[in-house]
Amino acid sequence: MTMTHPAELGDTRESATEPVLSVRDLTVSYGSEAGPVRAVRGVSFDLLPGRTLAIAGESGSGKSAASLAIMGLLPDSAVVGGSVRLDERELLRLNDREMSSVRGLEMSMIFQDPLSALTPVFTIGQQIAEALDTHQDLSRGQVVKRSMELLDLVGISDPAARLKAYPHQFSGGMRQRVMIAIAIANDPKVLIADEPTTALDVTIQAQVLDVLKLAQRETGAGVVMITHDLGVVANVADDVMVMYAGKPVEHGTVDSVFDAPQMPYTMGLLAAVPRPDRSTSGPLVPIEGNPPSPVILPPGCPFAERCPIAVDQCTEAEPALVTHGGPNAHDAACIRADEIVEQGLKYTDVYPIPELPPREANVARAERATVLEVKDLKRHFELSSGMLRRKTGTVRAVDGVTLDIRQGETLALVGESGCGKTSTLLEIMQLKQPMNGRIVLMGRDVSELGAHQRRKLRSDLQIVFQDPMAALDPRMPVYDVIAEPLKAQGWTKKAINERLGILMDLVGLNPDHVDRFPEQFSGGQRQRIGIARALAIEPSLVVLDEPVSALDVSIQAGVINLLESLQARLGVSFLFVAHDLSVVRHVADRVAVMYLGRIVEIGDVESIYTRPRHPYTAALLSAAPIPDPQVERQRQRIMLSGELPSPTERISGCRFRTRCPTYKMLPEADRAVCEAEEPDLVKEGETDQQRACHFPMEIK
Amino acid sequence: MTTNASIDLSNQDSEVRTTVKRTSKHRLILRRFCRNKQAVIGVAIVLLMIIYAVFAKYLTEWDYDEPDFLNLKQPPSAEHWLGTDIVGGDLFVLSARGLGRSLMIGFIASIGITVIAAFVGAAIAYVEGWFETVGTWILDMLLVVPTFFLLAIMVSKSSGTSGWIWLTFALMLFGWIGYARVLRSIAQSLRDREYVAAARYMGVKPLTVLWRHMIPNLGSILIIHTVLGVVYAVEAETGLSFIGFGITPPDTSLGVLIKSGSATLMTAPWMFLTPALLLLALCYSMTKIGDGLRDALDPSSESGGKA
Repeated sequence: MTMTHPAELGDTRESATEPVLSVRDLTVSYGSEAGPVRAVRGVSFDLLPGRTLAIAGESGSGKSAASLAIMGLLPDSAVVGGSVRLDERELLRLNDREMSSVRGLEMSMIFQDPLSALTPVFTIGQQIAEALDTHQDLSRGQVVKRSMELLDLVGISDPAARLKAYPHQFSGGMRQRVMIAIAIANDPKVLIADEPTTALDVTIQAQVLDVLKLAQRETGAGVVMITHDLGVVANVADDVMVMYAGKPVEHGTVDSVFDAPQMPYTMGLLAAVPRPDRSTSGPLVPIEGNPPSPVILPPGCPFAERCPIAVDQCTEAEPALVTHGGPNAHDAACIRADEIVEQGLKYTDVYPIPELPPREANVARAERATVLEVKDLKRHFELSSGMLRRKTGTVRAVDGVTLDIRQGETLALVGESGCGKTSTLLEIMQLKQPMNGRIVLMGRDVSELGAHQRRKLRSDLQIVFQDPMAALDPRMPVYDVIAEPLKAQGWTKKAINERLGILMDLVGLNPDHVDRFPEQFSGGQRQRIGIARALAIEPSLVVLDEPVSALDVSIQAGVINLLESLQARLGVSFLFVAHDLSVVRHVADRVAVMYLGRIVEIGDVESIYTRPRHPYTAALLSAAPIPDPQVERQRQRIMLSGELPSPTERISGCRFRTRCPTYKMLPEADRAVCEAEEPDLVKEGETDQQRACHFPMEIK
Repeated sequence: MTTNASIDLSNQDSEVRTTVKRTSKHRLILRRFCRNKQAVIGVAIVLLMIIYAVFAKYLTEWDYDEPDFLNLKQPPSAEHWLGTDIVGGDLFVLSARGLGRSLMIGFIASIGITVIAAFVGAAIAYVEGWFETVGTWILDMLLVVPTFFLLAIMVSKSSGTSGWIWLTFALMLFGWIGYARVLRSIAQSLRDREYVAAARYMGVKPLTVLWRHMIPNLGSILIIHTVLGVVYAVEAETGLSFIGFGITPPDTSLGVLIKSGSATLMTAPWMFLTPALLLLALCYSMTKIGDGLRDALDPSSESGGKA
């Protein structure tokens, strides 16, 4: 089993005191039709070599604009002020030509989307060579040698052959490794990583973060990590700066900020994230309201409007970022920070804990009605190519999925992207005879339905999509959006009007806003509209396709609370598809873990999270970042080698064996079992847990 | 721009209302349209032109087919407000008549083209499978047809005062094909949007989905096309008139007037300028109306959030 200790990798903090990058009072503003957008309003920090500073914040907080300003990559229309010094050299005064000699040599950047950051028409080798040739005078041989070293460093096997490969031949995680290799090619002093793992699965994220730490150790660079994920911050950072409305509101070492946040916003952020390592049954603490528009900023503290402990003084002047005492002294921009430190206030003292209606009396699962039953569901896609549409392969997107959902419960479907979660959902949503297997909704087999009955049965099955903007027709006012399923089921206008009022109240929106268009609502509110639409005709089952992953954490908590209270009030069942394991632990009653089109482990959420028996489940859980730096430092991760194989590949026996850490440790005779037999789901003693593994993990 | 900071999320404890009142969508659109001054001016110009085209003949003693043989090629005067042409026709009434014809041809042809193209394009895109394959194939085949040639034959067969109806019909018949192809590919990307999937999953009937989601979301493209389509139809009419296939005397149109005016541009500029300025005003106002409508209908445009 490949176990790594992240702490060993990260502990290379040199005690250098000269900052390599020094930013003072950086400001960025853009012009817009509505007036100047003040995206960044005074960011200052010092970055020491070998240290990692995380800049955390929600979308629109100005963190990316700040990093682009430092790199000199903003368009000319943006007005940048303040000072950025790299080793005593003022960067903001350099022109683009002079900056080009700095970028890539002394300072490099890793972008979020590795797909668009690499040029598709050049090989990986050419692109690494370009980075080297621009800044160094090397012979061809030296370039190839150095490129191979770099690829080897970032963990790409067989570098000589891979240098000739094109970006499309690499998976997302591999591309991000190549990006890191290019970024460190010239031993930069500063590495700026803008959400480098946001587009990746948790298992790959853990690998890439380790590579990043390794790269930092090799080059001794200072790293600026831009992220919205507090788990990633806890994993990689030494220092953290929390930004809100273009301004840093809290800045200190990662331990002091996470242990004793002084600014209510930071407290709220930390409280709003569910933890994958803790079972939390209570409601999450959302931060009410939305961030202010960067065009019209209030005169006082920008957070005052949403702050539960705001006093009149807060709206008068914007507080400065000053150090507040205590053993965990660090900087915070809050006039009540001293009180918070003195009284040792926690988020529970600051934020009102919302109340959720109690769940229905505990009826045993076996006694509740079955809402959805899926048996041996398969969905294969034929791949064909050429003039004659020759069959070239089969994608086994869903390959034998069996599950059932009882009334009033939430089943979460988790797994890496490409494992077949979405295909399973779409197959269920079609309400048609599947390619193989059976789908039974509310006791009715969908293959026996006529067109009219199918339309009637649709009132029992509704869906909430991931992207709340794409799921709502931008040209329809909210009234028409929510009324659509009601009209489809033939409701009268009067009944619809009454129902609409109830629904808007139910999801916490103002009923007077039914005339507005979706665009006029924030992301969280749009998702509430999507939920109202799904609940309009009182379905028995709502399919939730990543319902909160497009939302900022402070908003996410409110939507999760809403879903939970709706379930308690209405007794509706949820089929919840998510990749965020902490959200799943909070929301779900049962979890099904999918791998390459099959469920490898299924059971109640507590058993799965505390006693995973399938090595894949264990690996997924250990890869999920935890927003607690102390826990992160002591964690031992089960690293999966490689990435999800293509679903066109036919793997004999157990599909997971190519990446399985257990398989690698097995003696020859046992391996033969894994190679020959495909494991079926087997019951785990008397519990609800079932796993598909010949050699399950020991219970610790 | 989404400026929605004013929407309060914590509005749950406001008094519980069981029914909702709503301002109708059309009123919202009208309110937003009226905020665009240039578009309102555009509407005013078009309205004035329509009034002019309809009522001009009641204002003077002259009629468009009643030439004044005593005043040939005369500059504007008290008797002939906009002058006369080479055969003594009064330009004030001639222009009104021509403008009326061009407006009729332009609007009817353009709206017809857009409606046909939108329905065919969106329907082919929405229904997947063999229908799409066959439909696209037929569209491709129709593109090969030499439309201008057929148009000329069709129009030249007809003559007299009903000629303009045939011209309009012919422009419609041959104008929608290429445009339907463009709309099909745009509608294809709409088909994969989640709100279309959501509507299907709700059990909304295919035709309703087409009408409610696909076509409105093609909206701004349709509007721009309808506006430019008016210009296209007027241009086509001018071109055909020029080579003798379009509107033929005694009937008249802006195209006919511009053509005859261009021959005497140096000696009698009023004969060219009157219809040309009318055409210019028509195109300008149509473009501004198009912009205004697009902003009013499209919630993501500038005026969004203020209604």
